[in-house]
Amino acid sequence: MNRGTWLVSRLLQIIPTFILIGLAVFVLARLLPGNVVEALLGDRGTDEAVARLTAQLGLDRSIPVQLLQYFRAILEGDLGDSLALRIKVTTLIADRLPVTGMLTLMAIIIALGMAVPLAFVAALNANRWPDLLIRWVFQLGLSSPVFYVGLLLLTVFAAGLRWFPVGGYGDTFGEKLYHLFLPAVALAFSFSAVVMRNLRASILAVLNAEYVDFARAKGIAARLVLFRHVLRNALIATVTLVGLHIGSLLGGAVVTESVFAVPGVGRLMVDSIFSRDYPVIQALTLVLALLVSLAFLVTDIVQMWLDPRVSR
Amino acid sequence: MRRLSGPLIGGIVLLGAVVICAIMPNVLAPYDPLGFDFGALLAPPTAAHPFGTDQFGRDMLSRTISAARIDLQIALFATLFPCALGVLIGLFVGWYGGLADMIFGRLVDLVVTFPFLVLVIAIVAILGPGLVNMYIAITIVGWVAYARLMHAEVLVQKSGEYVAAARVLGYSTPRILFRHILPNAIRPVLVYLVSDMALVILLGSSLGYLGLGAQPPEAEWGVLIADGKNFFDQAPWIALCPGGVIVLAGLGFSLTGDGLAELMDVKR
Repeated sequence: MNRGTWLVSRLLQIIPTFILIGLAVFVLARLLPGNVVEALLGDRGTDEAVARLTAQLGLDRSIPVQLLQYFRAILEGDLGDSLALRIKVTTLIADRLPVTGMLTLMAIIIALGMAVPLAFVAALNANRWPDLLIRWVFQLGLSSPVFYVGLLLLTVFAAGLRWFPVGGYGDTFGEKLYHLFLPAVALAFSFSAVVMRNLRASILAVLNAEYVDFARAKGIAARLVLFRHVLRNALIATVTLVGLHIGSLLGGAVVTESVFAVPGVGRLMVDSIFSRDYPVIQALTLVLALLVSLAFLVTDIVQMWLDPRVSR
Repeated sequence: MRRLSGPLIGGIVLLGAVVICAIMPNVLAPYDPLGFDFGALLAPPTAAHPFGTDQFGRDMLSRTISAARIDLQIALFATLFPCALGVLIGLFVGWYGGLADMIFGRLVDLVVTFPFLVLVIAIVAILGPGLVNMYIAITIVGWVAYARLMHAEVLVQKSGEYVAAARVLGYSTPRILFRHILPNAIRPVLVYLVSDMALVILLGSSLGYLGLGAQPPEAEWGVLIADGKNFFDQAPWIALCPGGVIVLAGLGFSLTGDGLAELMDVKR
């Protein structure tokens, strides 16, 4: 298979994936126990109000009709209205998603910034003290819940030293970076542990590979071998790792945004649960899953570009 | 028997401490976890109160110890249910293959495109917050990892000679599956189960913190931390001490998991 065909078939795969994701979210939303509308309205549930909301949510029609309408609405870019905030869900998400996007991106940059150099230090000193120290710190990172890391950072750097704000989000780009820095570090911590572990292992594997021995035997300087051969191969593995972990980072963002009161989609999701804003929860689940499947797609393409063996 | 490695022993010791706290909190806790002491509100850690006290003067060490039971319960239930479901599905799909295999493949691809935590939260949102619903949500999402492991292992075992022998002897399929293949295929699953306990402790306490898991007055570490976060600038110990215990418990499970994998020679 050449690159072009591979790319087209990979791009086409996204269509069934999208349909399945949509279907899964539809089924999930229909799992609501009991009469949702009566539960939603509570004491205000007069017969008339129940009938109106049932019609508004489209629940008065048969399941196949609901399914068709649901897919048509998605294609038209209509995800319904928020019950709590009385605005279009798409507007709400468009407003909040960039915040989460920026937080996640900053977390990825910080995680790689911590993990990549330290993985090299660890691998080049394998089983000596720098390696052991780095591995133990990251082992703790893997065992720390993100909300706890967040609270620790808040206590030390926001409440204690007052270097950073306690939470919220700024207006200018600089202010936003400043406000999102601590949350991004909290989110990055356990992910950087995953990257460090994998990168260290793959650097060690590459260091022991024959082509590195060969390059060394040719008399190429050790540093050059490291950068030209080892780094390139190790980075391919890291790109894949970032792609595969977008989902867990978005999940972590839900918690982080709640700790730091960051107005992103994660906080919106938690708020919506307590206000029983089902259309928002449903739309967010859908949008986040679509984003993850797009991230998988981008990862595959980047991987093909870095490592031509993938498309064969 | 190979020698136990240092990290494995460390992990087992940490886990042992959590288990002992969960079994006899009343013996270990120096105070009544719910006893108010208005003479010592928000008192910082001292010899009398190593973890300090909260806004009602409750001893944080005693509260943390008494919360171990629910967190240990989370570590067990939030792994055993997904494990049981996943093992069953993996066993049958691996054995029968064909159409079941195809559907299984699509289903796995589908579940992994949803961010784990987001999907669990969405299901909890639908069912309503609480521990039982949290277990249901984690089972609906978490079985996939177990089923994949089991599936891969069954494919290997299926072609083993002992399976052919059992068939020739005319044993029934359920007997071959459960008495012969299952015991041979379960090892990687069990090792993963222990490591997964570390993950679900973090997950369960995160949901507790968000108010979606254990509900007050149920004592759970995440819930304790959520209680304490309103006082984090005056009395940070309320949140930080139980959090440190979560890290130690998580460390205990993951060290034990890694150690067992090494000991039993399971590749991951």
